[in-house]
Amino acid sequence: MPDVKTLSLVGGVLALLIGATTIGRRLKYQSDVGLNPAVVEAFNLRIRAWWLMCTVLAAAFLLGNASFIATVVLFGLISFWALREFITLTPTRLGDHRALSWVFFIFTPLQYFLVGMGTRSYGLFSVLIPVYAFLFIPARVALSGDYKRFLERTAKIQAGLMVCVYCLSYAPALLSLSIPNYEGQNPRLLFFFVLVVQLGDVLQYAWGKLLGKHLIAPAISPNRTWEGFFGGVASATLIGTALWWATPFEPWEAAGMSLVICVMGFAGGMTMSAIKRDRGVKDYGTLVAGHGGVLDRIDSICFAAPVFYHLTRYFFVLTEL
Amino acid sequence: MTGTLLAALARLLSGASVRWIGCQPDTCQRVYFANHTSHLDAIVLWSALPPALRTLTRPVAAKDYWEKGAVRRFMARTFNALLIDRTDIKVHQSPVDMMLREIGDRQSLIVFPEGGRNTGSEIGEFKSGLYYLAKKRPDLELVPVHIDNLNRVLPRGEFLPVPLLSLVTFGPPMWLEAGEPKVEFLNRSREAVRRLKDL
Repeated sequence: MPDVKTLSLVGGVLALLIGATTIGRRLKYQSDVGLNPAVVEAFNLRIRAWWLMCTVLAAAFLLGNASFIATVVLFGLISFWALREFITLTPTRLGDHRALSWVFFIFTPLQYFLVGMGTRSYGLFSVLIPVYAFLFIPARVALSGDYKRFLERTAKIQAGLMVCVYCLSYAPALLSLSIPNYEGQNPRLLFFFVLVVQLGDVLQYAWGKLLGKHLIAPAISPNRTWEGFFGGVASATLIGTALWWATPFEPWEAAGMSLVICVMGFAGGMTMSAIKRDRGVKDYGTLVAGHGGVLDRIDSICFAAPVFYHLTRYFFVLTEL
Repeated sequence: MTGTLLAALARLLSGASVRWIGCQPDTCQRVYFANHTSHLDAIVLWSALPPALRTLTRPVAAKDYWEKGAVRRFMARTFNALLIDRTDIKVHQSPVDMMLREIGDRQSLIVFPEGGRNTGSEIGEFKSGLYYLAKKRPDLELVPVHIDNLNRVLPRGEFLPVPLLSLVTFGPPMWLEAGEPKVEFLNRSREAVRRLKDL
């Protein structure tokens, strides 16, 4: 049963979303504000994606006992779709086909199956992809007998599997961490994490639009500025700190965690932008006409999730040895 | 029912998004002609059509491939394929005549004028069948279709697909011009398909 803390967290997010939606509507129908319609449209699309994300997360939480499995399955499907986008935009050769079949039909489901087994399979799910899959892929590609740009091709498949599947699978794995004095409250930890990542994203964007002058890497992203980075990270960290009551952390610990989450989210966004630039596309969803891809929405989560998980596990979970 | 299921499965597996550019779905008699890169082409193109058109549209496919094994036979029946025997072509029983007889004045066709699947990235030369279809039935709308990325989903000689995303683009209809020579028409139609890739 949801308690007061969870309800206030969900209520806060709901109020935030309703506010953002109202502002988006206003901006859309008032052309005299002098804003670029494309920016407003992008803002509205982003809000719609958040609504979707929140609804799905909330539904997964409300399923009660089945919520853990439902959340794992949900993230598994997101991984699957993101990996599709990633590999679609990455040129592969005929010789990679069998290795890719393994990646899609064996490693991805297996990773989420192990995460779904809970913390007792930690020793396997935390190494399945970096050890087993990463050694298997080059060997399978070599077996196909095509050595053209071998290292480059295997690295691409490995990178896709790493970012889209391995990293993202740490988000639902947060639910199975057994933190002392925090039993049964893990959904709030996941919620806190997703919220801080997303706030970090949007606040960096907002600060950048307001004050941005010095571009960080203009060739990779024309939107990201140092002003946006510092302003966004600082304000999202402040909000994360203010939410310490929803987490197992003390306020200063929540601050540190929020800072790490925001910086990692930024790193993820930059990395995925660099890949997109190299492929000459704006969004991972380019092939799916009209809207940005799934991967564009989760890039920051992918980078932040494993680091947040491991820091929490290292400092807050009692492990033998 | 099985048709809807098969279409949904094909759409899911091929991650196909569909664009209609300069052309709208219509029940008038058409010949959809597309580039051919994968065994999935016929099913995916057929699935990309709205349900009402699917029952009216018949992909032309090779008999020797689609009659091998119960699963393929079942699939070919489900998507209403018009199977052509590539080994048994006679003068008085040409595939074009057979297609025209089969569709009567109601159905549409899906054809792959390259003949075989094409492994390279370029679209191969078109065979003349499309020209004779257009010449014998000038009232048929010829709709160019470009299928992108499906060769990576299921390349030649593979049996297990990799579920990437693909794109099916329908282009503006064209017709055989009066007195247009065969070679010119075939080049023009091939160019019509190729152009859709960059739109």
